[in-house]
Amino acid sequence: MIKTPFPFSAIVGQKDMKQAMILTAIDPGIGGVLVFGDRGTGKSTAVRALAALLPPIKAVLGCPINAAAPSECPDWANLETSKTGNKPTPVIDLPLGATEDRVIGALDIERALTRGEKAFEPGLLARANRGYLYIDEVNLLEDHIVDLLLDVAQSGENVVEREGLSIRHAARFVLVGSGNPEEGELRPQLLDRFGLSVEVRSPNDVSERIEVIKRRDAFETDFDNFLKIYSKKDAKIRSAILKARKALPKIQTSDAILHDCAELCIALGSDGLRGELTLLRAARALAAYQKEEALTRKHLKAIAPIALSHRLRRDPLDEAGSAIRVARTVESVLGV
Amino acid sequence: MSEQSWHMAALALKLLAIDPKGLSGAIIKMRASPDREAIISNFAANLPLRKIPLTISDDQLLGGIDLTTALTTSQIIRKGGFFEKTGMTIIPMAERCPSELAAKLAILIDKSQTHGFLALDEGVEDDEHLSLALADRFAFYIEPIGRCPQSWVDIKFEETSPPVTLSEAIVQLTILAAKFGIFSLRAPTLALCAARAHAKLTGHAILSQKDIEVAATLVYPQRATVIPQEEPEQAAKSEEEVNPERDPSNEVESKDQQILPDGSMLIESVKAMLPPSLIDKLIHNEKTQKSSGTGAGQVRSGNRKGRPVPSRSGRINSSVRVDLIATLRAAAPWQPLRQKQQPNRAGLLIRTSDIRLKRYAEQSDRLLIFCVDASGSAAVSRLGEAKGAVELLLAEAYASRDHVALIAFRGTEAEVLLPPTRSLVQTKRRLSALPGGGGTPLASGLQNSLILAQKSQAKGLTPTIILMTDGRANIALDGSPNRLQAGIDAEKMARVLRSSRITSLVIDMSNRPQPALQELGNILGAPYVPLPRANAERLTAAVTSALVS
Repeated sequence: MIKTPFPFSAIVGQKDMKQAMILTAIDPGIGGVLVFGDRGTGKSTAVRALAALLPPIKAVLGCPINAAAPSECPDWANLETSKTGNKPTPVIDLPLGATEDRVIGALDIERALTRGEKAFEPGLLARANRGYLYIDEVNLLEDHIVDLLLDVAQSGENVVEREGLSIRHAARFVLVGSGNPEEGELRPQLLDRFGLSVEVRSPNDVSERIEVIKRRDAFETDFDNFLKIYSKKDAKIRSAILKARKALPKIQTSDAILHDCAELCIALGSDGLRGELTLLRAARALAAYQKEEALTRKHLKAIAPIALSHRLRRDPLDEAGSAIRVARTVESVLGV
Repeated sequence: MSEQSWHMAALALKLLAIDPKGLSGAIIKMRASPDREAIISNFAANLPLRKIPLTISDDQLLGGIDLTTALTTSQIIRKGGFFEKTGMTIIPMAERCPSELAAKLAILIDKSQTHGFLALDEGVEDDEHLSLALADRFAFYIEPIGRCPQSWVDIKFEETSPPVTLSEAIVQLTILAAKFGIFSLRAPTLALCAARAHAKLTGHAILSQKDIEVAATLVYPQRATVIPQEEPEQAAKSEEEVNPERDPSNEVESKDQQILPDGSMLIESVKAMLPPSLIDKLIHNEKTQKSSGTGAGQVRSGNRKGRPVPSRSGRINSSVRVDLIATLRAAAPWQPLRQKQQPNRAGLLIRTSDIRLKRYAEQSDRLLIFCVDASGSAAVSRLGEAKGAVELLLAEAYASRDHVALIAFRGTEAEVLLPPTRSLVQTKRRLSALPGGGGTPLASGLQNSLILAQKSQAKGLTPTIILMTDGRANIALDGSPNRLQAGIDAEKMARVLRSSRITSLVIDMSNRPQPALQELGNILGAPYVPLPRANAERLTAAVTSALVS
C-alpha cells in the first residue's frame, strides 16, 4: 500500500521553498531547486507533496522514458502500442547508495544470462525524464554519481556506452536536492546546476510550530476530512500553475530589466552567465504566477536571493552569509 | 534509578508495539547481553520480529528478480521486498548500518511502508551511533542502567479504542519541545503518537496529563539541546498567550484545563530523564549539536570506482557490477558437462557460482588534524591563524576532498575543538570562540591527535597530523608541571605516532627556530618547517606543499 503524500497546500510556512518549487513547475527550464536545512524541517515532505500537486503529463503508455509522442520513443523499448495516456508527473527518488548502473541504466544482466538476449535496462534517469529527480542528502552523494548527473543535467541526454551497449535517450528533468549543510559542502559545479537554492529552518514561532503538528496529526488521524479540505486547495494551486504556464510566453521583458539583471550579477561577481539566465527565467515565472503582464523590479528583488546566493564565490573568512550579501547588493543596485 | 530506567524501557516498548507505524521505532543502546536478549524475547512473544541484514541488497529490500531460480529454470521470477511481510524489524549492530541503507530505510519510513524498527546500537565511542537520518525518525531511545530487575518480564498489553486528542496536548508538547531546544518538528509529532498510544494502553478515553508526561519523558530527553532556565510562572503565562482562541464555553476543554497543571511539572519530569553525559555538556555551556559531522558517506565502498583490481566471485546485487568476460570465462570449461546434464536447453549454461564481480581499489579521503599549541601569550593569534588555515583548506576541500580537524592543547590537557569535518558551516559555528593561555602539554596534544587519527583510520580516512607550536613541552601526560617528564612523555608519544605509521608535519611558529622542535620532528619522521609570524595564507601554502612533496 502506498500512502497518499501530505498535501502541498497543508505545509505551514516555508514560503521560499514552496514558491521555488511552484516556479520550477511553471518553467522546468529554471533548472531545479536545492533545499538546505536541518532535519525535520519538512524538506522531503514538500518534495513528495509536489509530486501529487503537479498536473499529469501525456505520455506513450509503457514508454520507459515517458515520451510524449510515439516517434520519440526509443527503439530499444520495443513498445507494442503507440497509444498515449495521462501519467502522473514522475518524481523519482535517487537514494544515496545508488550505483552508476541504477542511475544511467545498464545491460539487463538477468536477461543476458538467462535468455542470452542483449537488452537495455533503463535506469533512474530514464524514468525521471519529463519529471523530477529528487536526491535527499545530496551533499553526501558519491563523486562519480555527481559527475554523471552534472553531465546529464547539462545536456538533457543520457549516453550509455558500456558492455557492448550504445544507447542514448532523452533525460530532461528538474533536479531537486536536499541536504544538511553541517554534513558537508557541495561542489560549486553542482551548486551552479541548481537553478534556485533555498534555506529552510524550523519555524521559531511557537504558534506556527503548533499549527504544523496539528495538521500533521489531523493528517494521521482524520485522513479523509483533512484530504477533502486540502485537495481543493491543491487543485487551486495546480490550476494557477497551468494558467501561469500558458501566460509565460507572453510576459513582456523590457531592456531595462535585462540591464538590471546583468548589473546585479556583475555587482555580485557570480561566476558564468547561468545566474542571469536563471534570475530572468524564475522572475518571469513569478510574474506569470502573479498574473502580471510585464516583468518588473519587484519580481527581480523577490527572486534574486534564491537564484543567486549559491552562485557567489565563497569567502571562508567572511562571516556574513551569502544571502545577506545578495540582499545588500540588491538594495544598492535596484534601490530599496 | 536503574529499576526506573527498566520500567521506562518496558513502557516505551509497549507503546511501540501498540503503534509501530506512527512511532517508527526504538533505539536500544546496550551491548549484547542476556538482558538484551530478555528484552527482545519478551517483545517477540507479542509481535513477530525479523532481522534485517545490513548487507541487504536492493533486490531483497525493495523486491526484484530471484536470480538463482532464474538461472536454473531460465524463467524470470519476481520476489517481494523485505517489508512485504509484516512484523517488527530488528536492525542488528545499528551503529554499523551503512548510510546508504539508512537513507533507503528513511525513504520507506516516510512512505510508511515499514512496520516498526528495533535498532540494536552497540556503539561504545561517542561517534559510533545509528545514522542520524534514522535516529530522528525513531521515537524512543532506550538505554537502561544496571541489570534487568526480576520483576521486569512482561510487555503484554490490551488495546482499547483510540483516545480523543485535545488541542491542548498538541500545544503543550510543541512548547515543551521548543523549551528543550528540539528544533526538529518530528519530535512533537512522535511524542503525540506516543501519548496516544499510552492512552490506549491505560484505557483513557481522553488524552490525559499522565499520557502527555509519559510521552514527553520518553521522546524528548535524548533530543534536548538546552536545559530550560525560565521561571515556571512565565512558562504558564506564555502558554496562555499562544492560545487566545480557546473557547471557555466548551465544557470538556474547560474541565480538562483544571486537570492540566502548568508546564513546569512536565519540564521537571523530562529534566529528570536527561542522560548524564548530555547534562555535562549543557552545563559546560557548549553549543551541543548532537548532529555534528558523523562522517556519514566517508566510508569507502571500494567496488564502484577507482583503479580496477581482479574480479572475484560473488552474488549479484544492485551495488556491484558483473564482470561479464570473467563470468563467461569461468563458465566456459563447464559447458560440455552441463549440456550433457541438461540436453534440452540451448545456449550458454551459467550457474550462480560462475558469476564474477568487478572490484576497484580507491584512494581514501585525507584528514588533516591540526594539533595547535594554545599555551602562553601568543596563543590567541596562533589559534586565530590556525582557524584561518582550517577554513581556507576547507574552502578548497571540495577540490582535494580533504577533511579537517582541530585539536588545541593548553593548561594541563588537550581537547578536540573541531571533530573531523568537511563542513565550513560547522567549522564556523564551532570555532567562533577559542580559549588560550597556560602551560604546554605537548604530550597530551600528541596523544589526542593519535587517538583521533586512529579513529579516523578505522573510518577509512588517511590522517595527517600537523603540529603547530612555538616552544618546549612543560606539562607531563599526567598533568603535572614537570619540564623533564614532559619532554620524555612528548618524545614517547612521538615514537608511538611514528610506529603507528601516521604521517605528520611539524611547524615551528616561534621567532627563532627551536632545535628541540627539530629534534621532535626527527623522532616523528616528519618534515620540520620553521615558519615565524605565519599567517593563514602562508600556513595553508606550507601545509599544501609539504604534504604534496
